[in-house]
Amino acid sequence: MNTLDARGYSCPEPVIMTRAALEKGTPLTVLVDSMTPVNNITRFAVNAGYKVTHKAVGEDFELTISK
Amino acid sequence: MIQTVDFFPPIVDDPYTFGQIAAVNAISDVYAMGGVPRVCMNLICFPSCLKLDVMEQILQGGYSKVCEAGAIVAGGHTIEDDVPKYGLCVTGYAHPKDILANATAKEGDILVLTKPLGTGILSTANMADMLEKPDYDLMVRLMTRLNKYAQEAMMDSHPSSCTDITGFGFLGHTAEMAKGSGKTIEIFASSVPIVPQALELARMGIIPGGAYNNMGYLKDDVVIDKNIPLEVSDALYDPQTAGGLLIAVNEHEAENLVRRLKDNGEDPAIVGYVKSFDGKAIRVYE
Repeated sequence: MNTLDARGYSCPEPVIMTRAALEKGTPLTVLVDSMTPVNNITRFAVNAGYKVTHKAVGEDFELTISK
Repeated sequence: MIQTVDFFPPIVDDPYTFGQIAAVNAISDVYAMGGVPRVCMNLICFPSCLKLDVMEQILQGGYSKVCEAGAIVAGGHTIEDDVPKYGLCVTGYAHPKDILANATAKEGDILVLTKPLGTGILSTANMADMLEKPDYDLMVRLMTRLNKYAQEAMMDSHPSSCTDITGFGFLGHTAEMAKGSGKTIEIFASSVPIVPQALELARMGIIPGGAYNNMGYLKDDVVIDKNIPLEVSDALYDPQTAGGLLIAVNEHEAENLVRRLKDNGEDPAIVGYVKSFDGKAIRVYE
C-alpha cells in the first residue's frame, strides 16, 4: 500500500504531494490533519478519475484513493 | 466620519505589489460605505532579518494607492514580528445622506457585482508557484484596483445598499446583506463573473481553507441548486482580497449603473435580485 503523511502541511501542499504520490500507483492512503486538505484532495482526485473515501483517525483524517 | 482598519501577511512575493494590495483592501470599506478616504495610518509588522528596503517598498506600494485614492498618510506604527504584515487604518468622510449600509437592500432591487471572483483561489495557487504569468497579472490587476472608480459610478444611481466582497466570500457578504435587510437574495450562478483559471484550479483542489470555513458558517443560510458545478459553488465561497463592490440598486437604475461602471473601466455584471424573505437568506440558481 502506497502511503503519504501530509500532516503539518497547509494547502495547497497536501494536494501537490498527493498528485506526486499517485504517480507511484494506487491504492494510496493519505494522512492529513484538517478537513481543508480532505476536501481539496477529494476534489482533485475525483476530478482526475479516482475514487476517494475518508475517515477520522483520532484528531487526524485518512483518505483512501483508488482507481 | 468612517473609520476602518485591515492588515495581513504577504500574498505575493513582490513587496511593492503587496503594499498596493493591502492598501486597496484596507481602503475598500470606505468606498463601500459611500465615503471618500482622507487620512491613512500605516500598520506594519516586520522581522529584523529582512532588509529595510523591503519595508520601504511595501510602504511605497501602499502610499501609491493612498495617493491614487486622494488621501494622505499621516504616520503609523511599526513593530517587530516573525512574519511581515502590512495594512492601513483609514479615516474617510461622507455626507450623511450619502452613507451606504450593507443591511438596507429593498425588495425588487437588482444586485450588481463590480469585479470577477477567484482571487483567493488564485492566491493559493500563487503560493505554490502554480500560476502562469497572465493569470498572475490578472490576479494582481484585480487586487490592486481601487473601488474608487466603481463607487464614483454608483453614487448617481442612489444604491439602497452596498458592501465590498472580502474574506467572507461572495456568498458570505451577500448573506450579510440579505439577513441585515430581512430579505432573500436570489443569485444566478451563471451570471456571476469568475476568473476562468480559478475554476480550473478549484477542480484541482487548490482552494483556500477560508472557503470551507465560509461554507461551514453559511450552511443554514444558503441553498445552492444541485445542478451547479462544484467548482462554481466553491468560487462563490472563495474569500476575496480587495474584492469588488456588491451594489443593490432599484431595477430601473440597474442598466444605467452597469453602463456607468463599464465607462469607468469596471467589469460589472448583474448577478441576482432581492425579494421578500422566504425562509432562506440566499438561493443560488443555475
